[in-house]
Amino acid sequence: MTLTAHSQPGARLPFDITRIRRDFPILKREVAPGVGLVYLDNAATSQKPVQVIAELTRFYRDHNANIHRGVHTLSVEATELYEGARVKIAAFIGASDAREVIFTRNTTESINLVAHGWARKFLQAGDEVVVSEIEHHSNIVPWQMLRDERGIVVKYIPMLPDGTLDLEVARQIIGPKTKLLSITAMSNALGTIVPLQEIIPLAKAQGALVLIDGAQSVPHMAVDVQALGVDFLAFSGHKMLGPTGIGVLWGRLPLLDSMDPFMGGGDMILSVTMEHSTWADVPAKFEAGTPNIADAIGLGAAVDYLSALGMDEVRRHEIEITDYALRRLADVPGVSIFGPMDALQRGGVVSFELEGVHPHDVGQLLDTRGVAIRTGHHCAQPVMAALDVPATARASFYIYNTTAEVDALASALEATSAFFGVGS
Amino acid sequence: MTTGSLLDDLYREILLDHYRQPRNHGGIDAPTCSADGSNPLCGDQVRIDVSVADDHIVDISFSGRGCSISQASASMMTEYVKGRTVTEARGGIDAFQQMMVTAESPGIDGFDDIEALIGVAKFPARVKCASLSWKTLEQALVGEGGAVTTDERSA
Repeated sequence: MTLTAHSQPGARLPFDITRIRRDFPILKREVAPGVGLVYLDNAATSQKPVQVIAELTRFYRDHNANIHRGVHTLSVEATELYEGARVKIAAFIGASDAREVIFTRNTTESINLVAHGWARKFLQAGDEVVVSEIEHHSNIVPWQMLRDERGIVVKYIPMLPDGTLDLEVARQIIGPKTKLLSITAMSNALGTIVPLQEIIPLAKAQGALVLIDGAQSVPHMAVDVQALGVDFLAFSGHKMLGPTGIGVLWGRLPLLDSMDPFMGGGDMILSVTMEHSTWADVPAKFEAGTPNIADAIGLGAAVDYLSALGMDEVRRHEIEITDYALRRLADVPGVSIFGPMDALQRGGVVSFELEGVHPHDVGQLLDTRGVAIRTGHHCAQPVMAALDVPATARASFYIYNTTAEVDALASALEATSAFFGVGS
Repeated sequence: MTTGSLLDDLYREILLDHYRQPRNHGGIDAPTCSADGSNPLCGDQVRIDVSVADDHIVDISFSGRGCSISQASASMMTEYVKGRTVTEARGGIDAFQQMMVTAESPGIDGFDDIEALIGVAKFPARVKCASLSWKTLEQALVGEGGAVTTDERSA
């Protein structure tokens, strides 16, 4: 008998926001007496449904053991649950083989894994890695570190004033020396959706590999690695209803086979003598040490939840609420919105400034009304520099957010202007 | 405690007054020492220019951009140290940093307005905003200039 997770992909359910909100108990809490939570910081991390929380609890309560190394019942169960989560995640992103799904801690670790395991092995001085100006720091810094170590060249596709990428320049800088295009599918700072179907062929035409930073796209829209024709996809569990501390690197099997391990230790070897070691097959080669078993299983439950809703429905909801937010916030005196103004060109992220009030003060005032947003540079300082702002305020939406919450944000912004004596 | 009074603790009227009408803002002629400070996580930037003569701070200004807490604190800091000796200024810096830890009045002369910032100590995320200009002044007075940050880490 094969043990399967308690959480299973169910039949498709209608996108009923009232029912969805019941699955997220944290949305009912107050941040102060009489002040309900309006959680609009989903690009930083999402909240978790009871189904995911229950799966974590069940694992620790009923099945907890180490994986891949025991003949006893609990170890066999834990292994089946862990590997079952890998299969679910592979299906979720359209991977043809579950072995192509490597569990990491997060997107950052996934990108670093490619930098260490692939780029360090195969790139030479003068080889070029192309990223964009709208990347999160996690898709800039690993390449800069490799540049300093190996003499590779890092090139940037620039951002246009509206927050989209300059594809004309992209055509010029992606050339014969380009070995890797490493690019986000959606900007965490501006919400810009990158036209991958136009950019990926530019790299492919040069024989370069393509890595997609899917931290913001995989949680919010259907992503199919085969249809995209990419080589690597990196994403995090915690932004898609899953636990923190679990992320994924998907890569094509022959590529993963050719790569060096990232870390050495237990579980990643075939054999060890005192002289040398040989590596285990993928994915074990990249999962040294006891992995984050429970959270991988929790991510499997999150994928079940999203699959039951349907990623096309998730995206449809976010276009609706983002379109509403763009129109509603544009009506608030003093608000300037950064990035594309068409909800079809952006994910559920609205970065803005409020005239005369620093984003940090905006965030503080909003918090007193229970409205949780992110303020700062969003780990995207090149974007801030291009916009010539020190920081922005950012509201970001997910499946459980309502237009009433956007209204709460808008009126909190009006109150903030009044408090600081501006815009009136 | 309601959030209303918590907020009033943070944004005292005197603080908002310094934010709206910053004192000693913009730059001075021929500074004898300067330093830049930044708070990369929230985007506060401040430059402190100081003119020291006969061991006295004869002129000082701040420039840059940041949140109301960082700007008001910088404005109050310049008012406090202007005309004082370098030793007195250093004492003020120590007193301010202590105040951010204890949330209690240091009870020193000339700190009346500055004590409006005591409420900031209840908001750990904002202490670094309030401290930025004081730490930057400290750096300037070392005479080395250079850069200072009140963020221990930047994401």
